[in-house]
Amino acid sequence: MKIDAVQKQLLQEVADLHDIPEGAYNLRANGQSIGRNTTANIDIQTKPEGNGIDIRIKEGTKNESVHIPVIVSESGIKETVYNDFFIGDDCDVLIVAGCGIDNCGNQDSQHNGIHRFFVGKNAKIRYVEKHYGSGDGSGKRILDPVTEVYMDEGSTMEMEMAQIKGVDSTERTTIAELKKDAKLVVRERLMTHGEQHALSVYKVSLNEEGSSADVVSRSVARGTSYQKFDACIIGNAACSGHTECDSIIMDSGRILAVPSLEANSIDAALVHEAAIGKIAGDQLIKLMTLGLTESEAEEQIINGFLK
Amino acid sequence: MLELRNISFSAEDEGGKTEIIRNVSLTIPDNRFVVITGPNGGGKSTLAKLIAGIQPLTGGNIIFDGTDITDMSITDRARMGIGFAFQQPVRFKGLTVLDLLRIASGNALSVSEACDYLSEVGLCAKEYIDREVNASLSGGELKRIEIATILARDVKLAVFDEPEAGIDLWSFNNLIRIFEKMRSSDKKRTILVISHQERILNIADEIIVLADGNIVKQGSKDEILPEIVGTQYAAGVCAKIEE
Repeated sequence: MKIDAVQKQLLQEVADLHDIPEGAYNLRANGQSIGRNTTANIDIQTKPEGNGIDIRIKEGTKNESVHIPVIVSESGIKETVYNDFFIGDDCDVLIVAGCGIDNCGNQDSQHNGIHRFFVGKNAKIRYVEKHYGSGDGSGKRILDPVTEVYMDEGSTMEMEMAQIKGVDSTERTTIAELKKDAKLVVRERLMTHGEQHALSVYKVSLNEEGSSADVVSRSVARGTSYQKFDACIIGNAACSGHTECDSIIMDSGRILAVPSLEANSIDAALVHEAAIGKIAGDQLIKLMTLGLTESEAEEQIINGFLK
Repeated sequence: MLELRNISFSAEDEGGKTEIIRNVSLTIPDNRFVVITGPNGGGKSTLAKLIAGIQPLTGGNIIFDGTDITDMSITDRARMGIGFAFQQPVRFKGLTVLDLLRIASGNALSVSEACDYLSEVGLCAKEYIDREVNASLSGGELKRIEIATILARDVKLAVFDEPEAGIDLWSFNNLIRIFEKMRSSDKKRTILVISHQERILNIADEIIVLADGNIVKQGSKDEILPEIVGTQYAAGVCAKIEE
């Protein structure tokens, strides 16, 4: 299997990979699977309908990783892919997904990854999903991912979602349902520029005692871009939930933050926080007294904020 | 050498113009430790900001090492070797202590070099190097990190605006030690501190008293300190804390 320079660049951006990954992986490029590797503990099968893959991780699998990057380097590709992850009890694994689109043409390119996670008892998952767009064509780069997470007792899932550059339009939906003592941590980082639109919706249901969720989004809106962050945590038992949206607006960027909480149990402890503002003047001045120009100072502040 | 030539600064407010610095002239030779004291509202912090370029002059000239820097930006002055430590250190979400020290040094500072600067200001480097410079740090910790950024920059002129503000007595004692160390360091640097703390005044080569935008006294420590000791211009540390 060979990948070209543009595809390599996309792979590096979305999966920190310089070449074909080690361990289990499925690499999808321009609408088809171009490479796959399975291990003794991690199996990847194409769905009978042919519209996605099933990833099965044996119970007790530890310190292994699965990479399923998607790269789109042809203009005009539109696809929706259904990937299901079945994660056995007591696993401890890293899953890296993500999509990079390079669109140099004038037709829109769109990838919608519909991911469902069935996380076994006491399993521990770290999930990284990065989105990246490049190319100077007039065709739009569109990503509308849906992530559904079903967490069994005592399981932990850490999700890191990042979209820093180049995606024209995105509508991300994340739904999670947690059982007893399950713990979900989400760290979302988003930067939009130009005329981009980004919508991020979370609906996290804490259904059983001891479950907890911490959903934190940090975002920067530049140019005339628009973002909407809509996070709802629902407490149906003795649980704890926290959601936070912290944003920087620049130029004529706009952000709508709608954190919401729903407590259906007297023992649900839920908190939300939201803050939107421009870069503080004293932060710029401080970095300028260290020798940076105003625009260098802005870049440092944003890079740190989105780190 | 820093020269202030007839500098003035006035601010517009509802009642018209308020003169904050009135035609001040001052020469600070190299390798001196100079403390500017005076009553609150006398223009001390404004003077410090005028030197760093944070506020623009409304009259006069500032000459630094023979160059007229009056119209230079904050950035250009910083690049010429002027450092400025804020009265209220700025917090940053996401930037770590190491990030800030690297920005300050202007090059790829190694972790061990960064740790040396933190040790110099009395912070256990291992504990702090990866901490974010955010609200989780105390006033005293932020102040010491602020000073570490000045050390990392290796400036020719370091301006400290009320370094004792917002710190506890224990941190204050450390601060004095840091200044004493900076003073005795073989690095050639001029230190200009805005303060009315007697213990800071006590380690000065020269003391300047600024009141109502004018220099009202100026001279060596031995000359000036006895005149002002016990007044609000040279307060004991507990007096400050009781305030």
